[in-house]
Amino acid sequence: MKRLEQTLSRRRFLRGTLKGGAVSVGLPLLNVFLNDNGTAYADGMPIPLRFGTWSWGLGMSESIFVPKKTGANFDLPEEIAALAPVQEHLNLYTNFHVFKDDAPNLCHHSGWVVLRSGIAPTARANLPGETIDVSIARQIGNATRFRSLSATATGDARDSFSYEGGNSVNTPEWSPLRFYQRLFGEGFQDPNASTFSPDPKVLVRQSALSAVQEEARKLEKSLGSEDRARLDQYFTGLRDLERRFDLQLTKPDPREACVVLEEPMDLPTGLDADLVATRHRMMTDLMLMAVACDQTRVFNMFYASAFSATTQPGYDKPHHTATHEEAVDPELGYQPYTSWYTRRAMEEWAYYVQALANFREGDGTLLDNSFIYATTDQSFAKLHAIDGIPMFSAGTAGGRVKTGLHIDGGGSPGCRLGFTAQRLMGLEIDTWGDKSNTTSSEISDILIT
Amino acid sequence: MYSIRYDCRFSAGSVRRQVVIFILALGVLSGCSEPQNAEPAEQYHAGSPLRTRLLTADQYTASIAQVFGEDIADSILPPIPPMARTDGLLASGAAFVGVTSDQVSQIQQTAASIAAQVVDQEHRDFLIPCTPEATEAADSSCAALFLEETGRLLFRRPLSDNRLSDLVQIADYAAQQTGDFYDGLSLALEAMLISPDFIFIADRAEADPDAPGQQRLDAYSLASRLSFLLWNAPPDDVLLEEAEAGLLHTPQGLAGAVDRMLGSARLESGVRAFFDDLMAFDEFNSLAKDPLVYPMVTGTTLEHAREQTLRTIVDHLLTRQADYRDLFTTRKTFMSMQLAAVYDTPAGEGWVPFEFEEGGARLGLLTHVSFLAANSHSVRSSPTLRGKALRETFLCQRVPDPPPDVDFSSLEEAEDAATAKERLAVHNTNPSCAGCHLITDPMGLSLENFDGAGRFRATENGAPLDIAGELDGIFYEDIAGLAQATRNHPKLSACLINRLYAYGTGGPVSLREDRDTLAGFEARFAENEYRLPALLRDIALSDAFLRVRSGESEGRMLDSLRMKAPAERAESAMALASMENE
Repeated sequence: MKRLEQTLSRRRFLRGTLKGGAVSVGLPLLNVFLNDNGTAYADGMPIPLRFGTWSWGLGMSESIFVPKKTGANFDLPEEIAALAPVQEHLNLYTNFHVFKDDAPNLCHHSGWVVLRSGIAPTARANLPGETIDVSIARQIGNATRFRSLSATATGDARDSFSYEGGNSVNTPEWSPLRFYQRLFGEGFQDPNASTFSPDPKVLVRQSALSAVQEEARKLEKSLGSEDRARLDQYFTGLRDLERRFDLQLTKPDPREACVVLEEPMDLPTGLDADLVATRHRMMTDLMLMAVACDQTRVFNMFYASAFSATTQPGYDKPHHTATHEEAVDPELGYQPYTSWYTRRAMEEWAYYVQALANFREGDGTLLDNSFIYATTDQSFAKLHAIDGIPMFSAGTAGGRVKTGLHIDGGGSPGCRLGFTAQRLMGLEIDTWGDKSNTTSSEISDILIT
Repeated sequence: MYSIRYDCRFSAGSVRRQVVIFILALGVLSGCSEPQNAEPAEQYHAGSPLRTRLLTADQYTASIAQVFGEDIADSILPPIPPMARTDGLLASGAAFVGVTSDQVSQIQQTAASIAAQVVDQEHRDFLIPCTPEATEAADSSCAALFLEETGRLLFRRPLSDNRLSDLVQIADYAAQQTGDFYDGLSLALEAMLISPDFIFIADRAEADPDAPGQQRLDAYSLASRLSFLLWNAPPDDVLLEEAEAGLLHTPQGLAGAVDRMLGSARLESGVRAFFDDLMAFDEFNSLAKDPLVYPMVTGTTLEHAREQTLRTIVDHLLTRQADYRDLFTTRKTFMSMQLAAVYDTPAGEGWVPFEFEEGGARLGLLTHVSFLAANSHSVRSSPTLRGKALRETFLCQRVPDPPPDVDFSSLEEAEDAATAKERLAVHNTNPSCAGCHLITDPMGLSLENFDGAGRFRATENGAPLDIAGELDGIFYEDIAGLAQATRNHPKLSACLINRLYAYGTGGPVSLREDRDTLAGFEARFAENEYRLPALLRDIALSDAFLRVRSGESEGRMLDSLRMKAPAERAESAMALASMENE
């Protein structure tokens, strides 16, 4: 065996001995702490700003979803009656449009892709640009253990509205047990623990990453440009990992609402609405605790897929099938079963918002320090309509957003809400979106100036 | 607020004409290459593209099992993202999928979990080939011994001296930091497990000394290609030794290696993995049936349905070495107690060989509960999904997505129809619907004797079922007729070859570049009486499998017509299903 003569001086191995002792390796003050305008703890420490998304499938029954009244104290038609307890915390946006321009109207695809990426897809396989959560995570997601987290209530790992690029989808957590283990298993540092002993393995891991990248770069030379790009993306991930290891060397700031939860039971597969609701609540509880523990500041929750296949026991049409095949009841003026599915979705949206509001943080709640962007894939799913697509937001983004409003978009681009969200999160962009979806106009009615 | 579209009414003749035009215009039903002649593939300047594939979830698990044992492999969930089904295979999507930062963090977490187990008290004595001089200190020699051999197996090629040296230094440094040799070793192992050399299977080329100006896969890349094709697992020690000795680049050496692999019990794993992918059995990971409608179908039932079909395939193709086409007509299968209720037959404990009743409705894969239940809704059967699956899975034909501007109002009028056939008849009044439904429904309706869980039924809602149908010009009266028409379909074996070659070479075939190669395989498949082991051997020994196609780039391109995004397979299936008025 050859002698191991190389020294490690070219790397950062020799930064000090840890061996279980306390260290004073301090984090640089990250921009995110300086830039966000969240309210501060009593000791002056800023409360971080968070961004979340939520999604439901197949739009709405307009006649019983869109309030008659705009502005504050809007009425809650029967399809969104479940929102009453959280109405003060959210805004409803109607009469905003998604534009496909010269691209085809890809059923249940164009709507969500435009609202999340700003760009109309040209084919089903096409996921243009990157999603809004990815852009925002790049801005505010660098000071936490996870840059972002995604979870789905469908139990299907393929269900995600978050992607870095067309072939790079952020896989959601789909199993409560697995999600729990990822969040609170190996590597979790309780921010409220009285003592802090940095794990000596972390520094080694960080240094080893440099070695991995140096050697593996050699692999890259033999690849074509597309594969090189994929490998580059992998290296970006490794560099991101290095940054996360950095964070683990410093005692985390205490988080008053952070409590390590009990390990959950796993659930069977299936899309019966009760089961989906149970799964949604379990995943929501885990996700929001991760946020409260400052494990991440960007989080995506997926209630139902665009082709929502949620079922009602005993009824022979899953949600998507019902939207197309159920007749509009002439007396009611809407599709009763289809509306039943949407009402179940709204119950879960209400649960999600309330859960955020239940976490105390500083003088307010976790919701006060968040902005949640909730979208769907169609307006009237029966006809695959994408004009008038409804959206919600929740939270005040650190006191910068008014809530409790119903906003009529007057046919303007739905991308305005995503644009507004990105500006709120500190992205210095002047416009967002492509072609007719382009906007440089924030929804000023909700902004506190 | 909405722009509502109203469809015109069409005469039946007008509809038929438009459907034909629609089909021709879309070029559907032409997914597989058309064999041009039966010359051996070797006479062409055949080759395949260099590819960089992400390990699939199964391949990740198989790698961990092979190097560290099944107990460790079973303890982790592979940190691999879902692949986009591409040209019918998830495995082909592995050549295009990217790894997000979030995924990398999952890969690291899993690596830490594996590495910690490898060095724990329970495993270290038989996974680490030496004992350190002192447990609380570094031991470069022992670390090097472990890392060199483990690295060779994980990276599927020997480590360079520099690489090994780096890893040993990580282990030593980590041992110093942690005061524990084994902790140090586990951190070096972690570094290997997050390396792209492990996570990606990257083909490497070298000049071909036998063909000036041409390139071939280097021996280790060829070894990986062979073992992932035949075993769905990385090369074992013997195969790596054969690669190192240069044997894989000699005809005799290659044949010897391939024959050893074909004779290995691990071939079964490879064949199961291929058919599990081909038949889109990943759907079973999230499949469920409405318990009110199908109370006897549990998650275990569905798992057994998947297993039944895979057992049948392995028995038919490997144990019996029977004609591939007869999979669609054979009555031989296996039965378990959990499945017996769905098949309405008595059964004992465990899996036992079973034969469907001669003259009965069950014969061939299309009548297995797996195919019938996976291609149905949770509450009812779906002739459209079944027809679509038959065409896309076994015939490599592409059924187009439904158009976005369909007026569904006519479907509401069919609410009271007793049978699926009556409901689907609605589509013949609308050319934009009929375009798809005439492709899928005639053969799907022939399986209407099976409900959404795959149970036999003589009638639907008390109405008799008309199961006569047609498959690409072959008319038949019953299920046996459909089975026979499928078995004899001219695209059946070409489709298998298309998918198998794509699976082996790590990405979709090029209908332009691979046409002659595939035709050669097809001719020899026929000569070999459609025996799968012979086909696998033919592919594994072919020039096309070994050589690199120069200037290859088209194979890397994302082709929106062929590639399916995650979840989109299910989505388009749902979309189609919605059009059948169910």
